Amino acid sequence: MESARKNLRVFLAFFTPSFGWLVLFFVAPLLIIFLYSVGETVSLTEVKTTWTLQNYIRILEPEILTLLWRSLWLALISTAVCLVVGYPVALVIATAPGRWKPWLLLIVILPFWTNLLIRTYALLNILGTRGRVNELLEWLWIQADGFLTLIGLGAYNLIGEEFEPIVFLGRWSGVIIGLVYVHLPFTVLPIYAALERLDRSYLEASLDLGASQWRTFRSVLLPLTMAGVATAAIITFIPMLGSYLTPALLGRGQVDMIANVIERQFKGANDWPFGAAMSLLLLYVTFIILAIQAFAAMRKTRGAADG
Amino acid sequence: MAKVRKSRPGPFDYARKRSLQIVFLLTTIFLYAPILVLIIFSFNNSRRGGNVIWRGFTTDYYVKAANNASLMEAFANSITIAVISTIFSVILGAITAVTLWRFRFPLKPGYEGLVALPIVVPEICLGVAIAIFFSYFNLYMPPGTPWPFNLTNIIVAHITFSFPFAAMVIRTRLTTFNREMEEAAKDLGATEFQVFRDILLPHMKPGLIAGGLLAFTLSLDDFVITFFTSGPDTVTFPVKVYSMVRFSVTPEINAASTVLILITLILTAVAMRFQTFGDERT
Repeated sequence: MESARKNLRVFLAFFTPSFGWLVLFFVAPLLIIFLYSVGETVSLTEVKTTWTLQNYIRILEPEILTLLWRSLWLALISTAVCLVVGYPVALVIATAPGRWKPWLLLIVILPFWTNLLIRTYALLNILGTRGRVNELLEWLWIQADGFLTLIGLGAYNLIGEEFEPIVFLGRWSGVIIGLVYVHLPFTVLPIYAALERLDRSYLEASLDLGASQWRTFRSVLLPLTMAGVATAAIITFIPMLGSYLTPALLGRGQVDMIANVIERQFKGANDWPFGAAMSLLLLYVTFIILAIQAFAAMRKTRGAADG
Repeated sequence: MAKVRKSRPGPFDYARKRSLQIVFLLTTIFLYAPILVLIIFSFNNSRRGGNVIWRGFTTDYYVKAANNASLMEAFANSITIAVISTIFSVILGAITAVTLWRFRFPLKPGYEGLVALPIVVPEICLGVAIAIFFSYFNLYMPPGTPWPFNLTNIIVAHITFSFPFAAMVIRTRLTTFNREMEEAAKDLGATEFQVFRDILLPHMKPGLIAGGLLAFTLSLDDFVITFFTSGPDTVTFPVKVYSMVRFSVTPEINAASTVLILITLILTAVAMRFQTFGDERT
């Protein structure tokens, strides 16, 4: 690495274009939405910066608080599902024979390269009350019903008189399935990376000393890969919280998340200052989460250095 | 096999556990079944929805999709935007990566953070911010601007979110560069530009390709940011499909989606080839 001063002209030739681009098309837009978020609409297209906090105060309205609460819960539940599913998946990939690994990884990553809208649309297709999933469930129900009749329990209607299709669309369940479906690769990769870095002799030691597989998992494997799990949780949670498409298509306007309401301020309600305040709120939440993570990582390395 | 199973599972033999294998299998089904159903039913000979009952094989909907002028225009727009924004993203990403890799300068961590920021900022914020930015300065292409210049706003937005990703990929590649080659070239009288063109650039090539493919996929994939920055006449494929899906589910969308999935699959295969190719040479 060389000092920029020594070769200032070359440095500036490399530095200026990307820095300029970011200032112009990234920093400036963020500053403008900040100005909008403390402004008021004066006419159809004009917003005046009056340094009002009105738009932020509006976030405390019960309707918006419910929305935030719902978004938070949906993202939390979906992240939890992703972790519970993603950990064993990562474990299988990390411990598979070497020549299988790239292929198993590819299985998980490939959907991630497929268009998000197409994936959501694909889910929309099969989750309807007359979709493939309910068709499969109905078939299972008929089998179960036949089995119960066979063993003489048919008369009790243990699993209901008739098959009732499960409604996914427009419900929390549909949105959660969608969020998990879209973000699962984000979860698997960091956990996989943590498992790959792990020193396997710890596990051997644990098993040699007589701990069961489960105990080894709980007291050795999981704590040692906790950093990876935390990273996975964060990079799954952040995009989930700002999801637009999944709740829009699978929630059918009945399970809105923050992004849907932001969109409405710009396309329908035409309340740009409030939309700007809401987007910044999402940005602040993101920064807070990342700051907590950075802080935790710093404390951990410092603790390790002290110890 | 029988011998293997009898032995006590080793400390890291989770991949051989039946229960974990089943979880992996179910996850795979979960990830792929919806896409497979979509692809299969793009060939279904049924007008309604196309996804309820199998009524025989047809490629009619591919023909229909190809004849749907607005859908094809959106498709062409998407590809054009992706190509142009990829070129810019690779150039910007490469010089960003070189800046970060080569120079020591004041406030470097700040610059590093700034480059990484578009990656972590929620898509919707970026979309809203860029859309307001354009409206604030009234930066719109005048109506009737010839194609593809009418797509400028979307392309600018796409470059902004994809070049930091390209920069990351290219930077990783640069870490394997041998500085002695550069010094040798300079000792032999090469100018700064010659060193860059003849030594650094060839070394960066696999990174440039991988970064470019990433930028291309990100651009092709993007819905939210495009949704905010696109005007009524500049519709991309995802935005068009979104507006179609809201009203009805048609097999045409299945057909068009299948084509896009195929394109992405090919690109991924190419990307992987280049990546392994690059690894072998280091």
